[in-house]
Amino acid sequence: MESPSLLAATLGAAAAWLVISLLGLLPAPAAFVRRALFPAGAIAALVLAGAGAAAAWQPPASLVLPLGLPDLPFHLRIDPLAGFFLLLLGAVSAGVSAYCVGYFNGEDGARLRLICLQYHVFLASMAMVILADDAYLFMVAWETMALASYFLVTTDHQRPAIRSAGFLYLLMAHLGAIALLLCFGVMHSGGGDYTFDALRAANLTPPWASVAFLLALVGFGAKAGLLPLHAWLPEAHPAAPSPVSALMSGVMIKTAIYGMVRVSYDLIGAVRWEWGMLMLVVGAATALFGILYALMQNDLKRLLAYSSVENIGIILMGLGMSMVFFGFGQREAGTLGLIAALYHALNHAVFKGLLFLGAGSILHATGLRDLNAMGGLIRRMPAVALYFLVGTLAISALPPLNGFASEWLMFQTALQSPLLDHGVVRSLLPLFAATLALSGALTAMCFVKVYGVAFLGQPRAPAAAGHGSADASLAERVGLAWLACGCIVLGLFPAAVLFTLNQVARSLTGSTLSGAALESSWLWLVPTRPEQASYGPVIFLLVVLAVVAVTIRLVLLYHGRVRVADPWDCGFPEQGTRMQETAEAFAQPIRHVFGPLYLMRRHLPGPDDPHPQYAMRIEDRHWHWLYLPVARLTAYVSAKVGLLQRGRISVYLLYSFLTLIALLVFVR
Amino acid sequence: MTSGIALQILQSVLVVLAAPLVAGWVNICRAWLQNRSAPSLLLPYYTLARLFHKDAVVANTASPLFRLMPYVLFGCMWLAAGIVPVLATDLPFAPAADIIALVGVFAVARVFSALAAMDTGTAFGGLGARREMMVGFLAEPAMLMTLFTAAFISGSTQLPTIVETLAHREFAIHPSLAFAAVAFLMVLLAENARIPVDNPATHLELTMIHEAMVLEYSARHLALIEWAAAIKLVAYMAIGFALFLPWGIAPAGDWGALPIAFAALALKLAAAGAGLAVLEALLAKMRIFLVVEFLSTAFLLGVLGMLIHFLVT
Repeated sequence: MESPSLLAATLGAAAAWLVISLLGLLPAPAAFVRRALFPAGAIAALVLAGAGAAAAWQPPASLVLPLGLPDLPFHLRIDPLAGFFLLLLGAVSAGVSAYCVGYFNGEDGARLRLICLQYHVFLASMAMVILADDAYLFMVAWETMALASYFLVTTDHQRPAIRSAGFLYLLMAHLGAIALLLCFGVMHSGGGDYTFDALRAANLTPPWASVAFLLALVGFGAKAGLLPLHAWLPEAHPAAPSPVSALMSGVMIKTAIYGMVRVSYDLIGAVRWEWGMLMLVVGAATALFGILYALMQNDLKRLLAYSSVENIGIILMGLGMSMVFFGFGQREAGTLGLIAALYHALNHAVFKGLLFLGAGSILHATGLRDLNAMGGLIRRMPAVALYFLVGTLAISALPPLNGFASEWLMFQTALQSPLLDHGVVRSLLPLFAATLALSGALTAMCFVKVYGVAFLGQPRAPAAAGHGSADASLAERVGLAWLACGCIVLGLFPAAVLFTLNQVARSLTGSTLSGAALESSWLWLVPTRPEQASYGPVIFLLVVLAVVAVTIRLVLLYHGRVRVADPWDCGFPEQGTRMQETAEAFAQPIRHVFGPLYLMRRHLPGPDDPHPQYAMRIEDRHWHWLYLPVARLTAYVSAKVGLLQRGRISVYLLYSFLTLIALLVFVR
Repeated sequence: MTSGIALQILQSVLVVLAAPLVAGWVNICRAWLQNRSAPSLLLPYYTLARLFHKDAVVANTASPLFRLMPYVLFGCMWLAAGIVPVLATDLPFAPAADIIALVGVFAVARVFSALAAMDTGTAFGGLGARREMMVGFLAEPAMLMTLFTAAFISGSTQLPTIVETLAHREFAIHPSLAFAAVAFLMVLLAENARIPVDNPATHLELTMIHEAMVLEYSARHLALIEWAAAIKLVAYMAIGFALFLPWGIAPAGDWGALPIAFAALALKLAAAGAGLAVLEALLAKMRIFLVVEFLSTAFLLGVLGMLIHFLVT
């Protein structure tokens, strides 16, 4: 298909979502909303994903819609970058929508209709953010997205904790939006209109370009959960219903990555290596912070949200490396970094979506979010356990799944550092790669903890023990299986993603990977030249599978005798489920090694306490040095400004008069 | 290509079959150093045969993951044995994984071991899993820094290319590699659960790591785990040889050099095994949280090696 028809198809999918959301207003029974509207949304998502994937290989196409304000129509454009992010949005939301059919079973009709409305408006607004070709439509879609997700976060608004999480989210979303408005204003620099074409054409002096970049970093960083603007994310993402958490963590924060790439590579144009270093530092700090705090969480959904903070940090490190290379004129290596970052964005969307949906299935079946109450779920929910295992291995960056492929590309990008002219930068890049390795290994530890405590071992609380199977419904399993297959396919065929992203990079920056990288077959992932580095996940998997199969066969040929017995009790017969590893216990080495990074409040019992109680709380230091002071300052300033409000009309008239005089003096 | 595949299979089978021999050799050297009468060199094979013959006892609380883990572990180590150039650099499977992916293979093995250890829900299993993952997150960055130094020198992360560059193309002495070698040795000790990080000869000590994880395993499962551990040790030694002592490994297409390569390998393995035994006889096992300092030192040495490389070039 040609690009104009692809643009029409994506618009059609977005319009379909809007129609579905309006249908949600009809007083239809809950079963209709669940069984008809959500599957229809999934089909629209598939159309969007297909059109996006095709658009990644086509030249750009644009369209002007006579909507919006008079004289200010909506400009739309689809290019390979937008196509790639539409693919991400469509592919993940198709799985999530299918999952909703099963997850919202038993939901009250009115509540479900409202969720359906907000959910599909949320999806459509994300599509419009990606398709927007002028700052006006972009901001409208961006704010619609923030509001729709705010209402979804506060679905359970009866609980005060969720209301305050929603408020914090709304506040941060607006701070980010202000930064974005200023950023567009700076890029606009006084001439022309606010279409992206005009912004591209505007010639910014280097200082103003840096200001625009910093504003974009703050604005999009607030949405992506960048340190120190992350505080809302672990509060708001887990508060929403699980499929919405999956969309927020998987897709919504990727729109911020889209925005960063669009603004810095496309609209501003010439990226500078200093920006790259800044992004590397912020990204590394975000990644380490995110995973270290994820390791401390007992609430499964909060843990996943903190892990999203980490992954945003990793994506940012990839973008940072790319900017460093582009800034030094090493365009091939820069392209590789950009590809690695975008690849990781896609991977994170898929596996984080999968993990949030898995957490949702546990919550749906057992009502549990606290890891320390779970245990042994692999026996009661074997299907969910299998899909969750795929997600666990993928997010832990283990070959041959998808998380490894993108992190491998980032390591390869860092290994290009001898190409750089700047001695300090050249030796710093590998250190950032070491940070990446550290956060990858910590992620593995974190998710071994999650899987080991939740699915393995013995049930720790009656709710986890239960009776009989609690496995996910068929629709839930379809959603989980779709995303799990995504993890496997994206991991096994990384070359297909590499070629697609090469098109994206070419349309965005005009440079591509080296010829040798593009000539390799689909079996091999070759970032530069085959003798320099290559990775063949299919062969990798086949060898391991063949050895496993042959070994099992040979062993069983000899004898397959098994006796089942009680686990060994170390000579102490009173073994109980409370003696298992808990979530806190598993993270104990981390608290020991990284102790100074946490704000720990311990409560230990005295020696003669008749009812000893141990308690520990870990708090985010940012609350104390950043958020609370800012909140106090705001309260103080508001109180002072409040002094102006006397409540007497004569005083207000005096204010108006004085203002008028001042204006007459200054404005002629 | 066919000769390459033959060589590939020959090399993997050789490493897998000879790995218990190396373990036996280390045990003999240690016994000599400790003034004990040495066991037979073939003792590890007898142990494996005995274990394979026994009935497997599986805990009634275990899930299928528990029974699958030894096979996954064995498969991963087999793959590692095929990728590292031990005898020759002409390996058709080697492009499937470079050194970074090789670290990934070991990470897969580690994650599966830790998951299986938590599966039965006993106290020791969880304890071992937690400690193993701690050693993992400390060792992985250090390992990567070491490998990066070698990768920067040869301009490649493919082990065959690294060997060809270091052994056959250049005869420069790289001071950075000296730092990297020390760091690599420290990582090797930690990753293979050797003294001073862990004691492979221990059972039922509160300080154990690897043994705590496999406490529930018996018979053929245990045999596969122990065999995999032996292969892992040889694979790590072979990575060390490839990076720091690459001489003797046969270049591509040179079948005549194979006997020399074989002799060189036997010599290097014997020396490395004896060296390992000396280290284990001299050092004491350290407290678990001293491992943090031990592996941070390895990381810093790795970084130092890399910086020296950038300074010299």
